[in-house]
This record gives sequence, C-alpha cells and structure tokens, in this order.
Amino acid sequence: MANTYIPIATVTVGSGGSSSIDFTSIPGTYTDLCLLTSIRGNQDNGIIYYVRFNSDGGNNYSYRYILKDSSDPTVVSSSGSAQNKLLLGIVGGATPTASTFSNDMLYIPNYTSSNNKSLSFDSTMENNSTMQWMSLAAGLWSSSSAITSISIFPNTNVWIQHSSATLYGIKNS
Amino acid sequence: MPKTYEPISTQTLSSAVTGVTFTSIPQTYTDLVLVINASASTAANAWLSTNLTDVSSLSGTRLYADGTGAGTARTSSGNDFVVFTAYDQVTTTAGNFNAVLNFMSYANTTTNKTIITRSNNASAGVCAAVCMERKTGAITSITIDMVGTGTYSIGSTFTLYGIKAA
Repeated sequence: MANTYIPIATVTVGSGGSSSIDFTSIPGTYTDLCLLTSIRGNQDNGIIYYVRFNSDGGNNYSYRYILKDSSDPTVVSSSGSAQNKLLLGIVGGATPTASTFSNDMLYIPNYTSSNNKSLSFDSTMENNSTMQWMSLAAGLWSSSSAITSISIFPNTNVWIQHSSATLYGIKNS
Repeated sequence: MPKTYEPISTQTLSSAVTGVTFTSIPQTYTDLVLVINASASTAANAWLSTNLTDVSSLSGTRLYADGTGAGTARTSSGNDFVVFTAYDQVTTTAGNFNAVLNFMSYANTTTNKTIITRSNNASAGVCAAVCMERKTGAITSITIDMVGTGTYSIGSTFTLYGIKAA
C-alpha cells in the first residue's frame, strides 16, 4: 500500500525576510496538496495572507471566509470574486507578541485536475495579547491548468525571518 | 515507524449517483479522513450517516458563513446530519466544492464517535462542523447522500484515508 503525506519541500525565511514564499516545479504525481505554514509579517497589527498559483495574476480567484478578530465582538464574513490574487486570511504583523507565528493549513484536492481548483484554508494566530485572529476560508482558482507552483505573499512588506512553510503531497493510491 | 495516512479507497464517479458509501472499512487504523471534491446535478447539501446511525443517534453543530453573514445551527437526535451547511455547497460546476471529514477513533467499541468536518465553496459558503454518532460500536461504513433529488456528477471524487497512531 502506498505511503502518502510525503514532504515535497520546506522553505524557511532567512535574515532580512522575504516578500514571498514560493514552491515551484511541484510534481504532478500526487492527488492532493497540503501546505502548512507558520508565518508572520512585519508591519501593522495583521497582515493579509495571499496566494497565487502558477504565477497567474489574472482575475481568476474567489473566496469566502469567516474570521474572528479578538478586538471585535462579532464574527466577520467576507467574500470576493474575480480577484487577481487569493485572499485567505489574516496573520500577525509587527504588533503581536514577539516570536509568535501563525498556524495555517491550506488543502487543495485534485490539484492536477482540469476542473477548477477549490481549496480549504484554516488559520489561527494566538499570541497571549490583545490581537488574535482565527479564520476559515473557501478559495477557488478558476483554471483548468494543473497547479505547478504556489506563491504565498503578504499584502505589505515581507514575511519575517523564521517564517516557514512545508508542502506535502497526498496520494490516493 | 509505521506507515500512516494510507489510502483505503477512492471512488471516482463514472455515473451520476444520489449517494456514495464506503463499506467494509478496515478496523486497523486509529482515525479516518474522507476527502471530497464533487459537483452535483443541482446545488444541494449532503447528509452524513454511518452503519451505526439509527433514528436518533446523530447530533451536531455547524459554524458557517456566506461572505455577508455568519451563523450557527444545531441538530440533535437525528437520523442523519446535514454536513455541508445551508448554502447548497455542492454546486453544479465541476471542481468548485471540497470537503475534508475527520473521524476520530472510529474503530473503538467503548466510546461515542466524533466527526469534524470542513467544507468549502468559494461561491456559496464556508462551514466547519462537529458531529457526534451517539453509538459505541465501530464505524464500518460511511455514506454521504445528496439532500433532495439531485445526484453527484460524473468525475466527482471521494477518497478515504486511514491514519495509524502506532
């Protein structure tokens, strides 16, 4: 029986930070992809977590999410369609407690399919202070292309040093 | 180290069906994960049931949002559990819906069974749910039925994985 949940690559951001974390030349030999990130930006309270596939900057992304911000008593839900990048959630920026990073899971079934690619995203940023976030998001890349690269990037500045991301491949046979 | 997260079975639909069932699930794992990437003849939700389900054995709570508002819903003592919210998440466009269901300690015969689900459609809504099968027997089969008269479309995929703790 096949072994699965196989690590494809890990990226850890070094000194000076990085404007994106990129996985390229993703093999097409798996069924699903799972990207686990522990990540943080360096500006503002919170930073938007964006994703693009195959460097596609066209208006081919849509999302719906539910988000809880500790500073707001209500739960927020938002959506977007025909976006040029995929907004999935909010992680910490400059303000949260030092040495604290988010925990995020992006799951993409059938990433080599010729159908649109729907995905699942769960994220939390807890830091024992006044600003925390947790979010659940549904995302969609409207493309018939197989996913061969993934880029995750903040809305401003960089992912800071020690941010990390690991991409796993999951086989169904 | 034991192999874990092993594929048990995949069903890729070659014809439209009203429901998908995994039977004879081996009892050799600790947890199960069911990954769904489906579309349907008409937008709908889905019912979850198992071999243990009777007229009142299922309960659960859903947290959901559609981009403009959020809410919760609860079912108690049911004979099925609407696992994908009230947003008709399984839509007609191929590829646009996915869900991941986690079945914890499914093979033990001493405790009730807990199922955690995440379901996603970027055009309809997002949902997280917890469901309890109030039965102490082992889960040996799982069924995901369409709500209403619709069918899952050809090409929809359902994959069951087993996870071993040791």
